Parts: sequence; structure tokens; C-alpha cells
Amino acid sequence: MSDTAPIPRPEPQYATAGQQAEAATFGMWVFLATEVLFFGGLLLAYTWLRASHPDGVAEAGRHTKVVIGSVNTMVLLTSSLTMAWSVHAAEQGRQKALTRLLAATALLGLLFLGLKGYEYHGEWTEHLVPGLNFHQDGPHARTIELFYFLYFLLTGLHGIHVTIGIVLIALLTVRARRGAFSARCYTPVEVTGLYWHFVDIVWIFLYPLIYLVGRSGP
Amino acid sequence: MGSLQLLPPSASAHAADMDWLFAALLGVSAFILLLVFGLMILFCIRYRKGSKVERGNRLGRTWRVEVAWTGLTFAAFLVLYFWGANLYVRIHSPPGDATDIYVVGKQWMWKIEHPGGQREIDTLHVPVGRPVRLVLTSQDVIHDFAIPAFRIRQDAVPGRYETLWFTPTEVGEYRLFCAEFCGTWHARMGGTVVVMEPSDFQRWLDSQDPGPSLAQEGEALFRSYGCSGCHGGSSTVHAPRLEGLFGRPVPLEGGRTVIADDRYIRDSILMPKAEIAAGYPPVMPSFAGQIGEDDLLKLVAYIKSLADKTADSVERPAP
Amino acid sequence: MTTATVTGKPEEPVVATKNYLTEGGVTLRSWLLTRDHKRIAILYTLSITLFFFVGGAAATLIRLNLVTPSGIFTPDIYNRLFTLHGVIMVWFFLIPSIPNTMGNFLIPLMIGAKDLAFPRLNLLSWYLYVGAGFLALFAIVIGGVDTGWTFYTPFSSLYSNGYVVLALAAVLAVGFSSILTGLNFIVTTHRMRAPGMTWYRLPVFVWSNYATSVIMVLATPVLAITLILVAAERLLKVGIFDPALGGDPLLFQHLFWFYSHPAVYIMILPGFGVISEIVPCFARKPLFGYKFVVWSSIAISVIGFFVWAHHMFVAGISLYAGLVFSLLSYVIAVPSAIKVFNWTATLHKGWISFDAPMLYALGFIGLFTIGGLTGLFVANLAFDVHVTDTYFVVAHFHYIMVGGMVSAYFGGLHYWWPKVTGRLYPEWWARIAALLIFFGFNLTFFPQFILGYLGMERRYYSYPPEFQAWNILSSAGASVLAVGYALPFFYLGWSLFRGKRAGANPWAATGLEWQTPSPPPTHNFDRTPTVSRPPYQYRPEPEPQDV
Repeated sequence: MSDTAPIPRPEPQYATAGQQAEAATFGMWVFLATEVLFFGGLLLAYTWLRASHPDGVAEAGRHTKVVIGSVNTMVLLTSSLTMAWSVHAAEQGRQKALTRLLAATALLGLLFLGLKGYEYHGEWTEHLVPGLNFHQDGPHARTIELFYFLYFLLTGLHGIHVTIGIVLIALLTVRARRGAFSARCYTPVEVTGLYWHFVDIVWIFLYPLIYLVGRSGP
Repeated sequence: MGSLQLLPPSASAHAADMDWLFAALLGVSAFILLLVFGLMILFCIRYRKGSKVERGNRLGRTWRVEVAWTGLTFAAFLVLYFWGANLYVRIHSPPGDATDIYVVGKQWMWKIEHPGGQREIDTLHVPVGRPVRLVLTSQDVIHDFAIPAFRIRQDAVPGRYETLWFTPTEVGEYRLFCAEFCGTWHARMGGTVVVMEPSDFQRWLDSQDPGPSLAQEGEALFRSYGCSGCHGGSSTVHAPRLEGLFGRPVPLEGGRTVIADDRYIRDSILMPKAEIAAGYPPVMPSFAGQIGEDDLLKLVAYIKSLADKTADSVERPAP
Repeated sequence: MTTATVTGKPEEPVVATKNYLTEGGVTLRSWLLTRDHKRIAILYTLSITLFFFVGGAAATLIRLNLVTPSGIFTPDIYNRLFTLHGVIMVWFFLIPSIPNTMGNFLIPLMIGAKDLAFPRLNLLSWYLYVGAGFLALFAIVIGGVDTGWTFYTPFSSLYSNGYVVLALAAVLAVGFSSILTGLNFIVTTHRMRAPGMTWYRLPVFVWSNYATSVIMVLATPVLAITLILVAAERLLKVGIFDPALGGDPLLFQHLFWFYSHPAVYIMILPGFGVISEIVPCFARKPLFGYKFVVWSSIAISVIGFFVWAHHMFVAGISLYAGLVFSLLSYVIAVPSAIKVFNWTATLHKGWISFDAPMLYALGFIGLFTIGGLTGLFVANLAFDVHVTDTYFVVAHFHYIMVGGMVSAYFGGLHYWWPKVTGRLYPEWWARIAALLIFFGFNLTFFPQFILGYLGMERRYYSYPPEFQAWNILSSAGASVLAVGYALPFFYLGWSLFRGKRAGANPWAATGLEWQTPSPPPTHNFDRTPTVSRPPYQYRPEPEPQDV
């Protein structure tokens, strides 16, 4: 990759490539705003559940697999690091580093999904899947069911977003390897980076709300 | 076919207040409307294309005009807001001597229970001139208990109690409607509110099948559900005594204090761990799913009837 | 009026043979895979018109049923009819109406751009809309839904035996269509303006669609998650909205209205934009108080997010919540009042003509003012306790949505018809339609205010006999309204083939969209325009060609 790599022509509605790049980035920010509201609605439901049934939610929280959750948090945070680093590499025009870092991000994403799948499997065998395979005893059974209802929705929707991110990053990796990006033209990497960081931030909210609730104190 | 009525009958103290508010809202609106329409029509005629009137010296700086008409309309709106808010607070502040009547909505009927145990379906008999407080809930979906002649309504929501109060001022029969869509026969889930002279009302009460009062039925349920096992005088479990409880403040674990009202009693039966009385262990089981709304109301009525009683045995000291 | 450019020189109507309709292919495929915002706008107009008639058919049947107290349909059918009417009209007509037709067509033209920022996303929006529409029609045909467009739980999640999940899926899909449109408009307005087109030189139509788009992108996702939660509860029998399962029905209402209240501003703000274009043009005067009008749109967009619980005054919210939400609902009336005053003031010392677009605009101002004032009635706590869930509320929102928004839609349709099609519509038929609509509308909906205060409840297939007289009047009005709405379909359709050719600027209007031929070329402008003057540079005096 060198400075002589051509900048692709902007789409016909744009006057310059710079305008297109700005529009793409701004568009991603607006999209992320919609995602904040999307997850926000679910988090509101979670807040209601926790406020109205604190003991049940604490009990439910103790059923979550905190080890897997914590490892996954590390995995995702690291993937954000590699993603940010890859944007930096793109800025500097270092194609090889860019390709490797993008690949690493995608692989870490896959690791996250794998661990999540293993976790879901565990929940299935422990009869913690509301509506499909749920059986719990004790006074808090109903609240635990509601907690897990929200848990699967929150992590499931998050997982779908992770999957989409992995696909996008994989495509970027292939394109990077073919030299599609240069120091003057790497907007897709930047825009995908924004998306990936957002997916990570959502997880950072989810982690304490799901895994750490009910685990503090005596 | 019915006539072209403009106003519903006005049969409660609040209804008269509401009609004044309505008149004020109409008055302010009519004024603004006439102003806007009047100006529009005036300008459309005067300044129509081809008319020879003077059009110079148009308003340059618009800032002052904008603030003026914005400020004035907002001030008028605020007056209306406070008036309505005041009435609203009054609708939600029943007098202490109001008679409680329990209403349970279900698809597609209203079940009404008077404190003396008299029951009715889709009809509500009340004496004129005396305040009545309705405790509303639903057995299934959300309904709404609406009495246009009294100018009030309130949703009957499953899983909680809502209240509504009124003082009827005119003897007569008035329409009762369900006002929250609840399924196929929503439009037929109505009835009548019958306002009677107090003597007629008393005669009506006496003529009803003298079954046990709500409180008496509640006492039987208190035993059959096992509540007296822990809350009764001979219990070995450290559970709060319920005599003298209703209507009084209850200090909770964690420092808060709540008033033991209908809601508190009901929630304590269904979600006993939500608000634990200070000094008591959290061992009461939940009866959620085991006691229907009808029985819950009776238990609440029973515990309410203990408000002026005192515990027979000595209070056990806190651990 | 003969054609004229902004400089005032008359010119003969140029038959623009190379335009977006003829260039780029005339095959179905070229239309279905187009990226041209103008073609997408036409695609939307066709599908939205279809749904307007579906929703209108339901309305016709509803008013027919309400002529007699006992009704003519069974309650189950009636309940499905009013649900259909609400779902279709809200999500498949009102919300996309002006933005996806006129907004799509005109925003790039008005700002001097060649297209929206994301043309393929625009086409995707349309496909999502059409797909959602198929789902909705399918749900209707196989048996319908009876929950009302508000889907209150636990009825919708546990008790209804309609095709609730299908309906929810349709609304979910059309919601995403809405989000993508809003995203497109926001980025376009920020990044694609021609040189010299500063924010304060933008036509109010662009500002209005921008404010609408902000609501679309921020509120609609909450609707999406709410619908998903209801669907999950219905399918899995677990959920947070039914008390029997441990949930709270009011949680649903809060989540639902958090979107649906701002949604009503999505539905009306674009209408404000259209009126703000028409009135200055036909009064030949700059819009009075441009900045106030602009910022009042933004204010409505923001404050609109904080008033949702005024739909819940009798639902069981706390007294304090009621006090706060009612106050905020009064506050939000202020920016709307500002607009009405400003439009009226624009007429002052103007040079007013009464072509069909202006008749619709004047009708809008009148009907919207009535609707808006009755908003103050329902925002009033004590008053709302009496009239909530009655026909008073029905009349209130129809005055705004139908009297207001649909009038604005028709006004805009007529105003920009020459630009979009290159043809003039027949003026006298258009004026007759406008008057029929105004008269028919008032006859239909004014009696409903009275019915509401009398205590007639909503969503009733049958009612007590004392309400019949007003109901008959209302249904009579509906028949007049129906004729008024059907007329444009015929004469506008006729004008496509036989209408007089329009030039670039038949109204002698300002605005960049009039600076390019009618219909415009695919790439909008031969040369990117530069802007150096504020909008609405009208003068209240005879046009040069009229002298």
C-alpha cells in the first residue's frame, strides 16, 4: 500500500471523496444513536424488573456464569483494542498490520460468540431458558424467569450485533489484504471501528447488570 | 334517535366544577380561534391579489411581536393548567369518611361489592350526598370504570388497586361504561349507577341477600389460607400482628416508612419480600397465583376491619 | 399563472423531454432498482396512496356501522376494522406520507444536491415499507387483529386471538424503514447542502423534515424493542407486561407512548413545513418570523420526548407524574401556537391568491388550530379524566392528523405536482375538492367533540341510543369527505395525460427546486447552484407578466 494507490471516485451524489467520507462517518454516528435508544428500551425494562423485584433479581444474578462473562468481557475489550489499533494502522498506511489486526478482531469476536454459545448451552441444561426449557424452584422462580427472559433478549440482540460486526470486519480483512485501503482512504475501516466500539460499550453496560448483580455483600 | 344533546347530566359536585372548567377552556379557545380566523379572513379579503390597499411599512423587527403573543397565550394556558391540576388533585383526595366500595372488572362485566357484603353486577347503588370511594382492580385485562355524569373515570388494572371517589348530588340513574378496550364485548361492558335517597339506599342494602360481609368472608379466608398460623395470637412465629395496623405507618427494613393501605396489604400478601417490616425476619411466603382478586379484596377488607382493634396477647419483643 | 423564473422573466413552458422519468430506463426493472430519490419518491407515492385507500375503506365501514346504535357488524369484525384503520393510517400512511414522498423528491432539490446521502438505503427503506405492507395486508386477510393500534397488554400479549405477532412484525419492519429514512435525511441536510446554502437559508420544509428525522431515529427504536417484547411474551408466555406472570402492564404503556407520542410529531411536523412553503408563495411575502418558525420545529421535536405520559392520566401513574406531564404538554403547545400566528402574520399586507395549494394551506391553519386548541383540553388533567378514551380524543387527533396533516399532504401534492410531473392539474376541480374536504371534514369530526363530552367511548361497535343523532351527522360528513378525497385521484390522474404542460416555475416561487426544469433531470441540476440570499424573497405586488 502506498500513496500512489488511487482514491476511488466518490458516488455521483457527492462532490468530493472527502464529502462522502464525512457523510459515511456521520451516518454511522446517527445509526449508533438509534442503537442507544434500542438497547435503552430493554435496559429500561431491566431497570423496572430490578427495582420492583430486587431480591429475585439478585438471586437470578447468582445463577449467571460470571467466569464466562468475565472472560468474554476481556475478549471483547481486547477486540476493541485491536480494532482501534487497526484504524491507526490504516491511518499510517500499514497494510500488513491493518490486515492482521482486523483478522485478530474478527477472531476475538468469534471467540466471544463461541463462549456465549457454550454459556447458552449451560443455561439450557440447567433449565434456565424461559418459555422453552425453564424450571426453577424457590420463592423467586418467577422473577428468575423474567430475569432470564431479559437476559436472553439483551445478550441475544447483542450477539446478533456482534455477528454482523464480525461479518463486516471479515469482509474488511479480505479487502485490506487486497490493498483496498490507503492512508488517504480508509473510511470503511473507521466506520466499522465505530460500530465495533459501540457493540463493546453495550457489553460493558450488560456485564455488571447481568453478572455482578447479587454478588456483592455478605 | 335521541336528541341533539350537548351536555351529559351533571350529578356530582365535581361535575359542576368540571363544567365550569370546560366553559373556561371553550372561552379561551373561542377567543383565540376568532382572533386567528378573523385575522385570516380579514387579511385574505383585504390583501387579496389586485386589491388597492396600502402595503408599505411592513413590520420589520418581529421579535417583540413574537414574544408578546407567545407570552400572552402561554400565560392563559398556565391558568388553565393550574385550574385543571387543582381539580385533579381534589379528585384524588377522598375524604376520610368515604364509604369504600370494591369493584372488580373482568371480561365483560363489573363485579361490585359493598362493605356489608351486598353484591351487584354492572350496577352500582349509592346514596346521594355521601362520599364514596371505589377501589378498582381487574381480573384479566385493563378495563376502565367511567361515569360521564360524574365526569370521572379510572383504569381498572390487573395486579394493582386504583381508587376513584365521588359525591353524588342528584338522585337518578346514570350510565356506566367500560372505557378501555378489552376485547369483543368491550362496548357492552356497561351498566348503571343508581343514586338514591339515603333512606331508599338503606332499604336497598337491607333487601339484598344478607350474605356475610366482605370482612367476615375475609376472616374465614384468613384462617383457610393459613394466615392466622403466623399472624394469629397463639403463633410461635415472629410475625407482625395485624390488629391496629391498617392506616398506620409501618417502619420498614432499610429505614423507609409506608402507610399500611389497601395496596400495602395486597402487596404484602403477593410479594412479602418487597417491603419487610422492620424487626421481622423475611420468612413470609408469597401467595402470588394462589389467591384470586376477589379473595384478596376480602382479606384486605378483613384486615381493614381490625384497624381499631388491639392484639389480644402481649407483643413479643423483637429479637 | 404563466411560468416564470425567480428573476421574474416569463418564459414559454419548455417540454423537458429528458427528465428523471424518461432517462435511466423506462422498464419496471429500472424503477425497482433505481437509486434516484425522485423515482423512489414516486414509488412511495404509489404505495402510500394504496394504503390511504385501504385505511380509508376501513374508516368508511366504521362510519357506516356507527349510523345505528346497534351497529351492523359483529363486534369482532368492528374491532378488527378500527385496528386496521389505526395501524394502516398511522404507520403506512401518516408517518411516511410527506417525508417519503415530498421529502424524498424535494430535499435534495431544495438544498442543491444531486441526491440524498445514501440512495441505496433510500431504496431499502421503500422495500422495507412494501414488505411490511404485505405482512400487514396478509395479517388483515387471514383474520386481522383486534387490539387497537395501541396494542395494550395484557390484552394483546395474552388474551387477543387475532394475528398479533404478524401485525407486530409488520409494524417493526415499517419502523425500520422509518429509521433509515430519518438517518438519510439527517446526514443529507448536514453534509449535502450546496455552496452558500447555510442553515438559515434553508427552506422551512427542509428544517421540518430534519426535526421529523431526529424524532424518527431516536423514538422508533424504542417502539421496535417494545414490539419485540410483546411478541416474545405472546409466543413464550413469559413476560414483563402481564401481572399474572409477574409483570406490569403500565411498563408497556410507558415504553409504547415514549415512541408514540413523538410519533405524532413525526406525523405533523412535515405538514408544518409544507404550509410554510405554500403560504409565502401565495401571499407573495417572506415568511413572518423565519427563525421563530424554524426553532419552534426543533422545540417541538425535543419537548415531544417529554410528554408521553399524558396518555396515561387515568392509567395509574402517580399524582406528581400527572402534574409534570400535563405542564409539559401545555409548554409544547407554545411552539405550535407560534407557527399559527406566524403564518397568519405572513398574510398581512400580502398579495394573496387562492389557488388550490393555498386553499389547502388555509384549511390546514384553520383545522390545525382547532385540533391544537383541543389539545389544551386533553392536556388538562381534570378535563382529561372526563374525556380520555372518548370521542373527544378521537376528534382531537383527527383534526390534527386529517384536518391538518392530510390537508397539508394534498396541498403539497398540488403545489409540487407541476414540478414532479411536468403537468398542471385542473384548477377548478382542485378547488372544489379542497372545499368539499374542508366542509366534509368539519361535519364528520366536530360532532365527535360533543359526543366525547357526552360520554361516548371509543372503540365501541354499538352505543346507547341517545348518541345516535350526532353519529348520523358525523357519518354524513364522512360521505362528503370521501368524495373530496376521491376527486383528486381522478383529476390528478387525468392531468398526467391531458394536463397542460408546466414550465420550471408555474407559481413564480422561490426555492432551488423551481430553478430546474419540470420534471427535473435525473441529476437535478446541470450546474450545482450557489445560494446567496435568504429564502422566501417574495414581494407583495403584481408579477411582471401580470402587468
